[in-house]
Amino acid sequence: MYSEKVMDHFTNPRNMGEIENPSGVGTVGNAKCGDIMRIYLDIDENQVIRECRFKTFGCGAAVATSSMATELVKGKTIEEALEVTNQAVMEALGGLPAVKVHCSLLAEEAVHAALWDYAQKNNIEIPGLKKPKNDIHEEGHSI
Amino acid sequence: MDKKEMIYLDNAATTRTLPQAVQAMLPWLSDNYGNASSIYRLGEESRKVISQARRQIADSLHGEPSEIYFTSGGTEADNWALIAGAEACAFKGKHIITSKIEHHGVLHTCEYLEKRGFQVTYVGVDGNGIVNLQELEAAIRPDTILISVMFANNEIGTLQPIGEIGKLARERGILFHTDAVQAYGHLPIDVEALSIDLLSASGHKLGGPKGIGFLYVKKGTKLGAFLHGGAQEQGKRAGTENVPAIAGLGAAVAHAFSDMEGQAGKVEGLRDYLIEKIEKEIPYCRLNGHREKRLPNNVNFSFQFIEGESLLIMLDMKGICASSGSACTSGALDPSHVLLAIGLPHEIAHGSLRLTLGVDNTKEEMDRTVQAIKEIVEKLRRMSPLYEDFVKGQGSPKAAS
Repeated sequence: MYSEKVMDHFTNPRNMGEIENPSGVGTVGNAKCGDIMRIYLDIDENQVIRECRFKTFGCGAAVATSSMATELVKGKTIEEALEVTNQAVMEALGGLPAVKVHCSLLAEEAVHAALWDYAQKNNIEIPGLKKPKNDIHEEGHSI
Repeated sequence: MDKKEMIYLDNAATTRTLPQAVQAMLPWLSDNYGNASSIYRLGEESRKVISQARRQIADSLHGEPSEIYFTSGGTEADNWALIAGAEACAFKGKHIITSKIEHHGVLHTCEYLEKRGFQVTYVGVDGNGIVNLQELEAAIRPDTILISVMFANNEIGTLQPIGEIGKLARERGILFHTDAVQAYGHLPIDVEALSIDLLSASGHKLGGPKGIGFLYVKKGTKLGAFLHGGAQEQGKRAGTENVPAIAGLGAAVAHAFSDMEGQAGKVEGLRDYLIEKIEKEIPYCRLNGHREKRLPNNVNFSFQFIEGESLLIMLDMKGICASSGSACTSGALDPSHVLLAIGLPHEIAHGSLRLTLGVDNTKEEMDRTVQAIKEIVEKLRRMSPLYEDFVKGQGSPKAAS
């Protein structure tokens, strides 16, 4: 069902865990639909993401997309991190089954939610970043 | 994968084909290829093995051979019973009663009948998954023509009060169907004593081959043909008989009824051992289904804060085959309709695990399974934001009793 890459990230997730006193935290999804992702960011004064960690309640694809998303945004500037789309996450994982595409959307949304939290805390505006929805499931499932 | 190392705990999905069933099938897959409708002796041999299996099945249910119709499996039997049953009684009324926890073979057929002008009442169940008898009785209307309630639930194993429902239906002249796919061959069923008019069963749930099952139709029940064509199955289910599968099913039935009590007792012992060990060793879990009124082989747990598909994949990597009511395992949006019907919140239903045992399982396998579940649940909880919130006391997780 899953590609080797997905299985690898599911069984050996990268950057799993929490960050103490994070610069930003974002939680998206809802338990009703069976996926919740939480992303923690540590952002330095140059707006570079020094550290990125995740926690996820969900299926194999949900864990793998969270793991891959943290890999993709780690070390990037905020501006670059915003370019990490769900498409990029999926490609990096070697594709996802059609019914699991919403997991990659959730991963993108979780990063955005954490960045939004960072912007709110620091009273800044990040160009191109919109207020994240708490639940993207209806949108995600319609794919 | 190495099947010797594998622990198979998904006997509600399908069972290992019994060696006796395989042996019984072989001649009919090779030299004895005659069409049972042919007049010559080669055909006669096929006719004989079919009647032998039919008689074995009839005896096992306390019915008569003429009441047994072979089908391609449980789903076909369900479709036939409901569609033809509804059509045959449509002149009397158009109301059908079933339960919310039926197999999709029944539920989706009821939805089809709704589109064809029938009205269906879906009766609820209690927290253990037992059909609410009072609600069912209250749902009966003057135009109710058919009641269909499963013998035992395929997910949580709960046994239904079939005798009581049969009595209610019989007293009122309402046709009563039961999907006995999970129960037949595992528990004694007496169609007469339980007032059953129609009963569906499947071969591969009791060690028989896939692609074969039957519908029991009580003598005198008006039921139209399901497949139109030749005169097979008393003209009700046309098509050349699947002789090898029927022979295999006959052997599996003979085996299942030769020592039903002994086999059920053995499996039940393992079941109770497994339930007790999981409850003892893994915190925040909940047994789904009734503790006593359940199939001898069924174990179903919800583990809080984790999701079922992740659990299944990790179990598979340890060589353990199981199943879950999580949405993610079926590609659906919602978790299992059965787990929602017993009142579980979505997040708890997503974390369900079904383990269905067989006589070949051992106590040592149960120990290995519990150890594996324990490790995986711990790993997934470390990963879970729901567990993190619970530990920090910020969240308000539903209590798992």
